[in-house]
Amino acid sequence: MTSLQHGAPPSPSPGSPDGAGPRPPGPRERARARRSEMLSKLDTRTSPYLFITPFFLLFGVFGLFPLLYTVWVSLHDWSLIGGNEGFTGLDNYVRLVGDEKFWNALYNTLGIFVIAVVPQLLLALLLADTLNRRIRFANLFRMTLILPYITSIAALAIVFSVVFGGEQFGLINQLLTALGLDPIAWQGDRYWSWAAIATMIDWRWTGYNALIYLAAMQSIPKDVYEAADLDGASRMRQFAQITVPLLRPTIIFTVIISTIGQMQLFTEPTIFGTNGYGGGNQGQFQTVMMLVFQETFDYQNFGYAAAVSWVLFLIVVVMGLINVWLTSRIKGAE
Amino acid sequence: MTATTTGRPAPAHAPQRRRPQSRRRGGGLRRMRQATPLTYFALLLTFVLSVFPLWWMFVVATRTTTAASQFPPALVPGGNFFANVERLFANTSANFTTGMLNSVIASTSVAVSVVFFCSLAGFALAKLKFKGRGFFTVAVVVTMAVPVQIGLVPLLILMDWLGWRGELQSVIVPFMVSGFGVFMMRQYVLQTIPDDLMEAARIDGCSTFRIYWSVVLPALRPAMVVLALLTFMQTWNEFIWALAVLTPENPTVQFSIQQLNQSAFARDFALMFTGATFATLPLLIIFFVFGRQLVGRIMEGAIKA
Repeated sequence: MTSLQHGAPPSPSPGSPDGAGPRPPGPRERARARRSEMLSKLDTRTSPYLFITPFFLLFGVFGLFPLLYTVWVSLHDWSLIGGNEGFTGLDNYVRLVGDEKFWNALYNTLGIFVIAVVPQLLLALLLADTLNRRIRFANLFRMTLILPYITSIAALAIVFSVVFGGEQFGLINQLLTALGLDPIAWQGDRYWSWAAIATMIDWRWTGYNALIYLAAMQSIPKDVYEAADLDGASRMRQFAQITVPLLRPTIIFTVIISTIGQMQLFTEPTIFGTNGYGGGNQGQFQTVMMLVFQETFDYQNFGYAAAVSWVLFLIVVVMGLINVWLTSRIKGAE
Repeated sequence: MTATTTGRPAPAHAPQRRRPQSRRRGGGLRRMRQATPLTYFALLLTFVLSVFPLWWMFVVATRTTTAASQFPPALVPGGNFFANVERLFANTSANFTTGMLNSVIASTSVAVSVVFFCSLAGFALAKLKFKGRGFFTVAVVVTMAVPVQIGLVPLLILMDWLGWRGELQSVIVPFMVSGFGVFMMRQYVLQTIPDDLMEAARIDGCSTFRIYWSVVLPALRPAMVVLALLTFMQTWNEFIWALAVLTPENPTVQFSIQQLNQSAFARDFALMFTGATFATLPLLIIFFVFGRQLVGRIMEGAIKA
């Protein structure tokens, strides 16, 4: 408190009625000073914890607790109406291992993930390289890249579903017919349906990833390229042997983010389909998350849905660890 | 970005003088390749592919349902927009008015709350000294990688316990904080608030909350705007959880348009696309007003990552 008076001499202390200069503090002032010192100590001690409490409290209740409670629910026979109907041990997991629908959903999820993410990241790299030049309207083109990213997923999934459409009426099938080709069964055929869904995903995310790569490319020191120029390396070689290796951390980052996101794929295939969470009449594009919804809402089987969720969580964790392991191996090899 | 703008005048002159010997190298210190016609072709193609679905969505929304199956596709708006809007808001299965209102309320309250709680926590983790600070900072980063959506079933059970199933707060309260937000705010506080400023405020007798409120918050404004926009967009876009916990009678806008999409009768494309246009509209407004800031933020985040 004394330092306070030194620090702010012009403001008259409210404690001294006359407001005249420094004066030996009386017992009352001293008591007040002690009290405010204690208060300020209490403030500096507890405030940090008070400030971070809302975050950890809300995350704990609505994030961490449900995730952990999934394990508990998955060990029970638990229905929407009846609630907890008894402990069943690993029964739900035993059922899962033998459940063709689960393996089908996992196959679809992984398949769509691969055919969406691989071209997406390659295209994003090329786009970023294209933008990493002296061009007119650079800002306009950068803005174009994130336009799809900011739109509503559900709304655009509806639009794309109509673009792919049924056997005859979709724009793409009409284009194919006009070109003298056969229309494609976008809904009926498993792999074409994957392609349609992957297109929706890539439309949204390619530009976003390109922007991330562009930022990373711009932070590569220019003299690296100058040295390569002097050595007579072609543009293609520079891209393959300088740009891509230097971008590796960024690329791995985007792969991990895409993995976490795409393993939970739900919105696009749900809207694309016309049979709720079924993912096509044969389940040809039902993802794991759609299966969780189907078990929860159509069959009201919370316990089994929780078991599927938990296995999905473990798969995401394992894929993340594989990514990290690959990263460190690549680093070690260098 | 700064490199591009400050560096621009120099290479514009330099290569012209030295073109014979080093054309491929561009301009000396600043290496920026010239764009070729192919560059512009690729960018133009990207532009068309990005814009076409949105434009077509709007065009069909201004016409009748048959426009959706026309080929070549209709590219000029028709005169049916207001009739479609009227039908959209009158549609009984979509509850579109409620949906729009709910989405505005939920997105705004989540954005405000995320900005407040995350800047509070970010400030504490960046500037205040306390036991366990390092641990809590790491914990925040870890929460960013946890796919919490997977805990959907127990979260539904929790909503039942609270009696929130079908109520608007069920799509607000679980999203009121974000690990990403805390981390972003912490980074920004570290960059912008000097320790001297904090000390000065302390010496003036400010309480810690007072320092947050009158010193930190004003300095954080640019980052807060970006975080608020990103959060608003994310909440507006949220689909999975809304579908799980809400009812068709009390939906968000994304849920509403799915009701139109899954209608049992013949699907009315003009109606669906009008709904889709409305579901996208606030996001487009944000894009046109703040697009450049968002581009900057995404690129900035990329370098740190």
